[in-house]
Amino acid sequence: MTAARKARQSGNWWTVYGGPLLLSVLSIAGLLTALLSEGAGRYFSWIAVGAPVAITAWFFARRKRA
Amino acid sequence: MVHTWSSLISTLFLLLLCITGLPLIFHHEIDELLGYDPKPEIAQPGAVKRSIDEIAGTALANDPGRVLQYILWDKDEPNNVIAFTNNKVDGDPDAATLRAYDAHSAKPLGSVGGGPMLIFLKLHVDMFAGQPGKLFLGAMGFLFLVAIISGVVLYWPFTRRLNFGTLRDKSRRIAWFDWHNLLGAVTIAWALVVGATGVINTLAEVMLSQWKATELADMVKPYAGKPPPVHLASLDRTLENARKTAPDMNVSFVAFPGTPFTSSHHFAVFMRGDTPLTSRLLKPVLLDGETGEVSDARDLPVYLKALLVSQPLHFGDYGGMPLKIIWALLDIMTIVVIGSGLYLWIVKRRKHRSHAIAGQPAFQPSE
Repeated sequence: MTAARKARQSGNWWTVYGGPLLLSVLSIAGLLTALLSEGAGRYFSWIAVGAPVAITAWFFARRKRA
Repeated sequence: MVHTWSSLISTLFLLLLCITGLPLIFHHEIDELLGYDPKPEIAQPGAVKRSIDEIAGTALANDPGRVLQYILWDKDEPNNVIAFTNNKVDGDPDAATLRAYDAHSAKPLGSVGGGPMLIFLKLHVDMFAGQPGKLFLGAMGFLFLVAIISGVVLYWPFTRRLNFGTLRDKSRRIAWFDWHNLLGAVTIAWALVVGATGVINTLAEVMLSQWKATELADMVKPYAGKPPPVHLASLDRTLENARKTAPDMNVSFVAFPGTPFTSSHHFAVFMRGDTPLTSRLLKPVLLDGETGEVSDARDLPVYLKALLVSQPLHFGDYGGMPLKIIWALLDIMTIVVIGSGLYLWIVKRRKHRSHAIAGQPAFQPSE
């Protein structure tokens, strides 16, 4: 924990905003796909718009307990 | 500071919007379940649809002393013809009665809407305070957008030493701090889209007035000074003429002369396409109220198109049931972000006070 923290002492732009940015791009793509296409696009939109829910569940499952 | 104050001012109203919005995602399903969404009778094969004039007559006979405002065709239930009646053509929208009629038998099927969902809808749209309430909620929605954007800026100093998705349970405060950051970060885009489209929707009336004052006024110029029609043209004829003007589109609804969606001389038939996007982009055809002849047809201006396209993005009703469920989960996540934000502010204030008394520096939330 301490070593990992030292290595990322200051953090950089990508490690902080990379995750939220990727999820944002995915969400927007999903929101628009459902609007513009009816068939297969729907499946993509469910995955893309649902990604924030899925990733939250994943982080919750992997959380460290004291 | 921006994040704290934009959030604090709007917190209670945002919680109201998120909580009333949750059942509204399933408005259609709940209305169906409670019987506020009547279904058409099963038509015999080869059955012929009744004329719209007949259905309009039945609708007026059903609600004596009232006038027709709109007749609407549900996109997903083409055999339902929904008639809006009111005490006058430009009557209060809250006084309108909506009834469904069977397209094949012209029989009344029951009233549409109403029931408990209407209460949620009113709370969500204007808190029973009409146009001022609507604009007020629009302002709260705008503060929500400011809170999200300022939150993105604050995200850097607060989380730069943490891995994305860190969830600690060292203390209750830190646990909620991590949840606030994680849920806030993953829902940024969705919350911005739903927030911004909600704000746009609060401006619907303003946009409609603008359209009436400019485009519509221009379209009906030749009729200036003429008295309103005495005998209305046949609806079937009017609709047929409108269909001829936009042959690849279907009728969404017809507004009777004098209603807010048209002039006092014209029927306005609003046509829609059939894809998820084009079914929202309505095209109005104006027809003379007495003859049913086409006067003019123009696409809506960009701001009204933006309004119409923004509606599904706010409601989440355009991608089937799975999208609605995801919408609900994201809404619940947003409720947690707002609630935890309020909790963190209260705890910080309390800490700040006790430390100030003890002469110690305030607790740094960034650790």
